[in-house]
Amino acid sequence: MRAHFVLSEIGVGLRRNVTMTLAVIVSVALSLALFGGSLLARQQVNSMEDYWYDRVEVSIFLCNANDAESGDPACSRGAVTQEQKDEIEAELLEYDIVEEVYHESAEEAYEHYQEQQQESPIAAVVTPDQMQESFRIKLTDPTKYDVISSAFAGRPGVQSVTDQRSLLENLFNLLNGVNYAAVGLMLLMLVVALLLIVNTVRVSAFSRRRETGIMRLVGASSFYIQLPFILEATIAGLLGAVFACFLLVGVKFFAINNFLAEKIPAIEFIGWDHVLSVLPLILVAGALMPALAAFFALFKYLKV
Amino acid sequence: MIRFDNVSKTYPRQNAPALYDVSLEVERGEFVFLVGSSGSGKSTFLRLILREERASTGNVYVLGKDLGRLSNWKVPQVRRQLGCVFQDFRLLPNKTVAENVAFALEVIGKSRGQIRKTVPEVLDLVGLGGKEERMPGELSGGEQQRVAIARAFVNRPMLLIADEPTGNLDPQTSVGIMKLLDRINRTGTTVVMATHDSQIVDQMRKRVIELERGRLVRDQSRGVYGYQH
Repeated sequence: MRAHFVLSEIGVGLRRNVTMTLAVIVSVALSLALFGGSLLARQQVNSMEDYWYDRVEVSIFLCNANDAESGDPACSRGAVTQEQKDEIEAELLEYDIVEEVYHESAEEAYEHYQEQQQESPIAAVVTPDQMQESFRIKLTDPTKYDVISSAFAGRPGVQSVTDQRSLLENLFNLLNGVNYAAVGLMLLMLVVALLLIVNTVRVSAFSRRRETGIMRLVGASSFYIQLPFILEATIAGLLGAVFACFLLVGVKFFAINNFLAEKIPAIEFIGWDHVLSVLPLILVAGALMPALAAFFALFKYLKV
Repeated sequence: MIRFDNVSKTYPRQNAPALYDVSLEVERGEFVFLVGSSGSGKSTFLRLILREERASTGNVYVLGKDLGRLSNWKVPQVRRQLGCVFQDFRLLPNKTVAENVAFALEVIGKSRGQIRKTVPEVLDLVGLGGKEERMPGELSGGEQQRVAIARAFVNRPMLLIADEPTGNLDPQTSVGIMKLLDRINRTGTTVVMATHDSQIVDQMRKRVIELERGRLVRDQSRGVYGYQH
């Protein structure tokens, strides 16, 4: 096997259809970037789920005087009494699944509200007696919300029982939906990339049919005849994969580290270790996928 | 060297066989003309020897190998012991004369030293010494065919297949090519040549095999072209 000969053949082939090669590189780059991106997004969503579900609480909001006056049906029996509060708290502490109960008074709620909504015009007119007292309950298993809800909803003095998890679930469902859409797009791009590779290899083989015809006649092995084409596709694919890697590293560096992480400090974004662990996968896929596609493209075309 | 045992070849989606029940044998060192009108099966006959096609029925033996039973990956090994020359030369226009010949050695993995040694030798043999660096486009038809013969012969094949090698050449140039093929034949290489050139066949007085509509109709040693076309 003479490396010099194979390499020069590859060079000729790549130069001869530059446009097709570029198309292959771009489509491989995009599909692999999406591939890596969706893998990372999956990890991001998972880590966010772990993080947030660890912190979600079930809140039991209690009726205040305002609720009773404004005719909230749940509070028709008047504002919550101290007795009722004690009863609820005592009962809560009996549950195994309850890890922690925190009582937030109306004043505390007011302070939190003022902190969080400093710039809102509503914050200025809200008074402490409009805020609701509540019990914040942390569960050992956040999915057991129903137990608390069925036990306390509708009880005198309780306005409502809300589960933060259900709010988050909507968000995570949305994120997962976006992720699935990305995977779908990735698959579509992958198909486009593969078709392009098959087509490029065929065109390449056709434009060199003279050479390959002579090679067959003088007894070159089919491996030797196919090798330049397969390597051509592999090189184009690898270039695409390298671009995809740059794209991901760029997104991590510019969009996440320098922008999102600063704007939204509350979210812990995926780290470099995650990004770096995806890159080898992309490179391997970028080299293998086109090689296989080329092999099958030539399978019928360059028979002995 | 070559043996056909009751060989028939029918191409897919065609009723009439391209070759029908052909049996013959070509011995080592023979020079054989293959004649017949267009469509008589000459090309199919040659393609079967090169194992570009497989016989529909019957057996084709080349260099002692049953080509019908030869697996695909072994075909190149057999082809390395064959040389072929065509009417249209089939040279690579963007390579020099020497590179065209070297190409045949490169693609079967011969070493650079070996190539550097054998290429000038074979170019001398075909009478192209000193034209190594010329491009095929700068050469006359006869010279291009000599390059093609050099390429076919550079591996010192046991068998040389020539499909109308003089078909594109004028009579005088053709004589030169025939002298070259004759010389190659005298080195011990078996030559099978399909041709329409009655003058050449009549002059050389070699074995003549005639095909007509796929059937072997004449096999004559020291024969003549023998029919009008």
